[in-house]
Amino acid sequence: MSKSERPNPLFRNLNAKVASIPMILTAGVVFVGGTLWTVLYSFTNSKLLPRLNFVGLDQYYRLWVTPRWLISIENLLIYGAISLVFSLVIGFLLAALLDQKIRFEDTFRTIFLYPFALSFIVTGLVWQWLLNPDFGIQHVVRGLGWDSFSFDPLYNSSIVIYGISIAALWQGTGLIMCLMLAGLRGIDEDIWKAARVDGIPMWKTYLFIVIPMMRPVFITTLVIIASGIVKVYDLVVAQTSGGPGIASEVPAKYVYDYMFFAQNLGQGFAASTMMLLSVVIVIVPWAYLEFGRRK
Amino acid sequence: MRYKLLTAALAATAALQFAGPAAATDLEVTHWWTSGGEAAAVAELAKAFDATGNHWVDGAIAGSGGTARPIMISRITGGDPMGATQFNHGRQAEELVQAGLMRDLTDVATKGKWTEIVRPKSLLDSCTIDGKIYCVPVNIHSWQWLWLSNEAFEKAGVPVPKNWNEFVAAAPALEKVGIVPLAVGGQAWQSSGAFDVLLAAVGGSDAFLKVYKDKDAKFAAGPEVAKVFKAADDARKMAKNTNVQDWNQATNMVITGKAGGQIMGDWAQGEFQVAGKTAGKDYTCLPGLGLNEVIATGGDAFYFPLLKDADKAKAQEVLAETLLDPKTQVAFNLKKGSLPVRGDVDVNAANDCMKKGLAILAKGAVIPWTDQLLSQDTQKQKEDLFSEFFAKPELTVEDAQKRFADLIASAD
Repeated sequence: MSKSERPNPLFRNLNAKVASIPMILTAGVVFVGGTLWTVLYSFTNSKLLPRLNFVGLDQYYRLWVTPRWLISIENLLIYGAISLVFSLVIGFLLAALLDQKIRFEDTFRTIFLYPFALSFIVTGLVWQWLLNPDFGIQHVVRGLGWDSFSFDPLYNSSIVIYGISIAALWQGTGLIMCLMLAGLRGIDEDIWKAARVDGIPMWKTYLFIVIPMMRPVFITTLVIIASGIVKVYDLVVAQTSGGPGIASEVPAKYVYDYMFFAQNLGQGFAASTMMLLSVVIVIVPWAYLEFGRRK
Repeated sequence: MRYKLLTAALAATAALQFAGPAAATDLEVTHWWTSGGEAAAVAELAKAFDATGNHWVDGAIAGSGGTARPIMISRITGGDPMGATQFNHGRQAEELVQAGLMRDLTDVATKGKWTEIVRPKSLLDSCTIDGKIYCVPVNIHSWQWLWLSNEAFEKAGVPVPKNWNEFVAAAPALEKVGIVPLAVGGQAWQSSGAFDVLLAAVGGSDAFLKVYKDKDAKFAAGPEVAKVFKAADDARKMAKNTNVQDWNQATNMVITGKAGGQIMGDWAQGEFQVAGKTAGKDYTCLPGLGLNEVIATGGDAFYFPLLKDADKAKAQEVLAETLLDPKTQVAFNLKKGSLPVRGDVDVNAANDCMKKGLAILAKGAVIPWTDQLLSQDTQKQKEDLFSEFFAKPELTVEDAQKRFADLIASAD
């Protein structure tokens, strides 16, 4: 009679469970705990040091009448729309072109992916110089004889955010291209053959057959791009430090500046809570649609 | 969340730097003096401290006070305090003191009779919270200076102006020969400081105090301040082609004659000195923009975090005494371009501009500076407003003044 009992499910895969404890703790304490702490203190008038002195929604009222915050939000929307659309489109186009069985594919792939190896700080500085009217592109073009040529996005309040987007696209599209290329390679050769037999033109095959089949890759890409958009900070700091004036400010920079430079933690926490809220508003319905309906 | 991670990260880097073998009398001193003139000045302090048998471990943090202060504060609140740290005296370290993180220096001060030697008295008042002294003022820095390049005006064929109004009138002549009339760097504190200087010069000391000390929002919206905004409007038009970020780059434009002038504190003088320029011959300085000769008693001070290590605490006392030593005061301030905090030292070696400053100080024409009057929060909002004002011509004078008045109404 040596019948083994049914093992307690808690102890199944014990090794794996023990191994994941640090990550669970990190996620629980640092991420969730830190987030709750931040939200709680955003209702206080904490200055340099956190204090539990509640003032209701005062920090939020102040936030939403501050011109700098409103400009930050507007910039984030413009920057977000540009990076989302262009990095997807350019990334996919580059991948599709590389997928044409061209020669030296490895070389091209390396070249396109190289900018991604640079941090945003370096990218920002490189593009700060390139877009500087006295040293960069404008200077070179004028040197070629076109004297009236003017291209100085970083010194013009109304277009500075586009100058920043250019740098972000240069840095980021390589990665998107690689993800897309991996997705394209995952499509079965036979599908292409079948499409050719049916006489479907190549662009139609891409648009109506291949892209819908690449849905998981697109979703991954979308998440990567979107998280990059919300947290954009270092690029702006390196390229313009928010200038000219406050024309290229972004929310993450507002949070940092008010927490540390202005010694007003409450205001910084309120702003970061708003950032979290905006992410939640986007993520929750999407996650519900994506994961919820399968059950 | 972001805050916690960052603090942890900063504390970790700081801990790494600190992990080396430390003799008992090594004292790390953090500061943000990194430009040429400033580095030369801080070397004098280090020399004087090393001469006492202790060792000054230099903890310079590049990138101006705005960048350095958060790092310093994180280290102090994060439990990894340095031996001593620079702040602008006034309200920057107020909460750190209230939280009991800073060392009470009252004993050292009584022993050294600081109340008798430090002048003007308001300097020590800014270091005093609840009757206890928490910092050592080391210099007086005043913002109220207009630095003019004699070379630029010669090139434009107009005499060097004697006050702000003449300067504004001379601007078209400068522009004609391709010189930027006024250099204002892109960093936010520069445009905000320039406005404060205009407020004290064009509006007068009373207006300055009414706005920043009494926080009279109605006055800030009124006609007297409107005059100041008009002057600021002139300033932004004159500064529109500056295209540099850092203050010393802007000063360099004046040194090389690419710009006519700059409104900047007396720390700019250190840059002129490093470049080998002579006051009166190569450049001209106008305190109070030549309109209202006052000096604001802002400046730098050293604060000492509370340390457990008894040897280090002893070294802190030695450093505090060294900083106020007459010899150190002279050597440091001559290099820094600032005024010494004690009236009984010999400053014959001072140049023309410093002597002008000392004369004003002796007359007692002093006002407190915004660091002493306003919280960092209000200062930051002010910086946001004026950096936008200087960069965006579409923001009208009237709108800007209205926003300024709102800001003063909620200031603390």
